[in-house]
Amino acid sequence: MESIATINQEAAHLTRPILYTQGLTIGYKTKRNTLELEKDLNIKIRNGELVCLIGPNGCGKSTLMRTIAGLQKPLHGETFIAEVDVNNIKPHQYAKLLRLVLTDRVNVGAMTVMDIVSIGRYPYTNYFAKLKSSDYEIIERSLDSVHLTSYKDRFFSELSDGEKQRVLIAKALAQDTPLILLDEPTAHLDLPNRVEIMNILKRLAKQTNKAIFLSTHELDLALQTADTIWLMNRKEALKSGTPEDLVLSGMFERVFKSSAFTFDKFSGSFKVVHPTKGKVSLSGNDVHSTWARRALEREGYQVVQDADWPISILHEEDRWKLEMNGKTFQCQDIGELLSTIREAN
Amino acid sequence: MAAINSYILKPWLVVVIGISFIISLFLLDLSLGSVKISVEELLNIISGNPSKKAWEYIFFSFRLPKAITAILTGAGISVAGLQMQTLFKNPLAGPSVLGISHGASLGVAVFVLSSTAIFGVTTNFQEALGSWGLVLFAIAGSFLVLLSVLFASARISDGVTVLIVGLMFGFMTGAVVSILQYFSDPELIQNFLVWTFGSLSGVAWSQLRVMGPVIALTLLLSLLYSKQMNALLLGENYATGVGINVARTRLKLILTTSVVAGTITAFTGPIAFIGVAVPHLARLLFRTSNHKILIPGTMMCGAAIMLICDIDSQVPGTQTTLPLNSVTALFGAPVILAIIIKNKKMKGAF
Repeated sequence: MESIATINQEAAHLTRPILYTQGLTIGYKTKRNTLELEKDLNIKIRNGELVCLIGPNGCGKSTLMRTIAGLQKPLHGETFIAEVDVNNIKPHQYAKLLRLVLTDRVNVGAMTVMDIVSIGRYPYTNYFAKLKSSDYEIIERSLDSVHLTSYKDRFFSELSDGEKQRVLIAKALAQDTPLILLDEPTAHLDLPNRVEIMNILKRLAKQTNKAIFLSTHELDLALQTADTIWLMNRKEALKSGTPEDLVLSGMFERVFKSSAFTFDKFSGSFKVVHPTKGKVSLSGNDVHSTWARRALEREGYQVVQDADWPISILHEEDRWKLEMNGKTFQCQDIGELLSTIREAN
Repeated sequence: MAAINSYILKPWLVVVIGISFIISLFLLDLSLGSVKISVEELLNIISGNPSKKAWEYIFFSFRLPKAITAILTGAGISVAGLQMQTLFKNPLAGPSVLGISHGASLGVAVFVLSSTAIFGVTTNFQEALGSWGLVLFAIAGSFLVLLSVLFASARISDGVTVLIVGLMFGFMTGAVVSILQYFSDPELIQNFLVWTFGSLSGVAWSQLRVMGPVIALTLLLSLLYSKQMNALLLGENYATGVGINVARTRLKLILTTSVVAGTITAFTGPIAFIGVAVPHLARLLFRTSNHKILIPGTMMCGAAIMLICDIDSQVPGTQTTLPLNSVTALFGAPVILAIIIKNKKMKGAF
């Protein structure tokens, strides 16, 4: 009986959003004019959900983030976090509800990782910031979940950018808020670190049932990790949905449409548009032909399956057979294949 | 001092070593001067059997208040510097750089000089020195400048510009002081000039009774700010995010700094560079920017450095004392130069 009760409780917890907005309009107001970036937003984030905010530069991602975090007044409407209006919140209450991790680089000098992460416990400590054993436990756990336990006594300023970001995430975790907002946590990081940060956040959302909301330019990563994507765009209203639905509805393509690249619905990734030089027929469906297709597309050819074109390529017995202008060439690898095509043209 | 970082030295041990170092400097400062009094003799004087009555007089009327003033001044002005550095997030901030000492000087100048210039009353400078009125004017002056610098810095995020703003306010107050001097009695001007050289020996017991409690109280208060100051290190947004009331903290820091810097300047004259340099020494020595350690650490370093400066200002073997302000500048300016030259590492050192 007890377990059912727990499940029900959890279910109730899951269904009630930790954050929701009511008729939220964001933007900037000066004396002369008003710039509305998004109008009448009714959006929500649930516990345990990882929400990624994506959109082109200048569409108002940071403004939305700042408005939700209460750093900036909305033009209209309200944001509620755990049923409290974010613009009517007391500082100590605020610190226990949400944690915003910013992109600003933090220069703190001779502070150790431990020093920084323990600042996350400030809302729960007394005037002298005395840490209790329970505080130390939470700090340890936070460091452990970003794999930095052995870095405790290292100086923050001596860490790499990826490690610094992980420290700041650990600090946010130590603050133990039900909602964590991160403004471009993967900026300034290399690919392995970007993937690692996203994986950590994904895992944390599931394990700790915290709601995690982040803005990012990493479309590929967002599509793979987010539970929900909020897609922003200057021309249209914000769309929220699962990554897959947004792709299928063509929303992704529309928002990121450009003359330089297209969004490929099948692979879920972007392709650079190259001026086309003609068609090439390529037979085969294995891994070799996939990569040959990419190489040919980069060279500006459109790759087709049927064989009625002046250039045709066949992969057999670890070699490339190229037929072009009535001649047949044998090539060792894709590099040789490309240079042969270039010369023969 | 890497030993502290690797936890070989326990914090209490550092405190014990630091305090015994300060005590030995304190004794040295008591013993050296125009007349050398041996440590043995010091003990005799304290226990009430001096070999010479004159020495007893020198000890109680001059040496002891001067040495106590050195400790209070050094600790106070250094902590004021640390608070400014954290508040403005600028490693070169400090009471003398941001024009706070200038503000206090202005207060003193207005109090002392304007009485003749405006009301035609000649004030006795020695009497005025250390009176409550003077202290209040000095505090008001430093508070005024600090508030203006803060107001300007709220519009400027660039730390270096804030320093320039502070320097400009310093020039402006300096100009007002010059105008006041122009209209003042020559004797007063000379007194005022001597005051600007800085001196610990002008503080007698009657003045120490005012200065001591004020500085001690504000130092105790500043020990309570370690939490807020640590949070401020990360930036104002982060501080707000962990539930710190940034506006209130800023006001608290400004108030304590202007009370400390104002009071000290009122009694000893402006003391250059100690406020900027000592917090850096403390960071180097204790290898941390954590204010829980840094605030008491800065106090100890400040007290020690000020005692050393006071000892140095006594030219050995002569009766001459150098102006304190020059001694502290000779010590502090190279430290600041070193910081500027190592500018690339400055962010890490801060």
